[in-house]
Amino acid sequence: MDEVLLRNLTPSVLAILVRRGADFAAAEDAVQDALVEAVRVWPADPPRDPKGWLVTVAWRRFLDTVRADAARRRREDLVNEEPAPGPAPAADDTLRLYFLCAHPSLTPSSAVALTLRAVGGLTTRQIARAYLVPEATMAQRISRAKRTVSRLRFDQPGDVATVLRVLYLVFNEGYSGDVDLAAEAIRLTRQLAAVIDHPEVAGLLALMLLHHARRAARTAPDGSLVPLAEQDRGRWDTASIGEGVAILQAALARDRLGEFQAQAAIAALHADAPTAEETDWVQIVEWYDELAHLTDSPIVRLNRAVAVGEADGPRAGLAALAALDDSLPRHTAVAAYLHERDGDLATAARLYAEAAQKAPNLAERGHLTRQAARLNARR
Amino acid sequence: MAKYLLLKHYRGAPAAVNDVPMDKWTPEEISAHVQYMNDFAARLEETGEFVDGQALAPEGAWVRYDGEGRPPVTDGPFAETKDLIAGWMVIDVDSYERAVELAGELSAAPGAGGAPIHEWLEVRPFLTAPPTITE
Repeated sequence: MDEVLLRNLTPSVLAILVRRGADFAAAEDAVQDALVEAVRVWPADPPRDPKGWLVTVAWRRFLDTVRADAARRRREDLVNEEPAPGPAPAADDTLRLYFLCAHPSLTPSSAVALTLRAVGGLTTRQIARAYLVPEATMAQRISRAKRTVSRLRFDQPGDVATVLRVLYLVFNEGYSGDVDLAAEAIRLTRQLAAVIDHPEVAGLLALMLLHHARRAARTAPDGSLVPLAEQDRGRWDTASIGEGVAILQAALARDRLGEFQAQAAIAALHADAPTAEETDWVQIVEWYDELAHLTDSPIVRLNRAVAVGEADGPRAGLAALAALDDSLPRHTAVAAYLHERDGDLATAARLYAEAAQKAPNLAERGHLTRQAARLNARR
Repeated sequence: MAKYLLLKHYRGAPAAVNDVPMDKWTPEEISAHVQYMNDFAARLEETGEFVDGQALAPEGAWVRYDGEGRPPVTDGPFAETKDLIAGWMVIDVDSYERAVELAGELSAAPGAGGAPIHEWLEVRPFLTAPPTITE
């Protein structure tokens, strides 16, 4: 049985239940039960109409729960009328589900968890493992999030930017655990792109595909990080790059630039270079200028300093860096790199060691320590 | 079964035998060290003795309650703090002897020159829940 196919049906099944009048939290539980049931039953007895099967089972599950509640609460008016199975839901329903799960009243971690469960169809256990928290903690986080959004109206229009931020978070912090969160983020963004025509959705999808394409080349067999310039470009996934570039070009042609399209454009220029030396750094600096204009993020200006260092030489990069606050994350690492390019190996080695102390994760710490060691061994 | 915390210190432990900062090792020595640590954790997972392992950033802060309606007070980091924890591994083993044996193996991780670091690790037993049968 194709689990991804099954999970692709999750949002539309959930949307049908909600549209029939089920409250969001109960409907979501019922859909999870139906998914579990499908995994159990389908291998031996595959349904002819998978979605219809899921809707029927989930709706029955929902009614059972409501009946049990109603018996307790003497509230029986809702359950007497079982609506006929509705037509396939409009794309709008799936879209509203994305908005609901990424609603601004949720914290980012709650929005991420709820999106993965209600839209992605992952189980609480899978999500808990992916984020390395106890299952009970994740269950609580999800049920609190569901209570929050249950109070919202399902038909309220949302802001697509909030959805994109949640999907970006899933992708960017998606390299741990047994569930491949990066692949899951791509699947969810692809699904979103199918129901909404928006250049930034396309931009984010392109960005994800272009970065995902480099994944195999990004770590050495011993688990250490391989920087972009040293990656074996033969191991980049050319199909994924091709798709990302095509999606990006179509988005850019619509002339409604946004930060994800600009980031994707930078990733595409890297992907486009047959060797690191052939990278079009001048164009990359221009894209960073666009990006800085769009976001005004200090991280963007830090990355821009690296690009300037490549386009106009390390001295120019160091000058660009000098204008930035040196408490920025990775400021020291960038300084180390630019000093090395400038030939000042002693300063570079000292700064690499200092940057390693400040590294936000073990992989970067290991990489920066190795850089320091490499230069110290040469001197 | 009993749980033990194996604590690694940035500062505060007695000096190791092979006490050379990592950025003065060769890149190959660093790789060998990381490989040893990964293999060690993987082996403990296989024997069913691994519980958790985490690394901590060197810099943090001190925080305390400052009274009703007031935000907590933060202070530090203090460069002079003698003891600074770098990370830990939690193991669940049959005996104290086994905990010591494993800490010894972890301390043998290779460092500069490919020789064991002989780093001092702190072994601390967890306080447990009270047993059911007490007499």
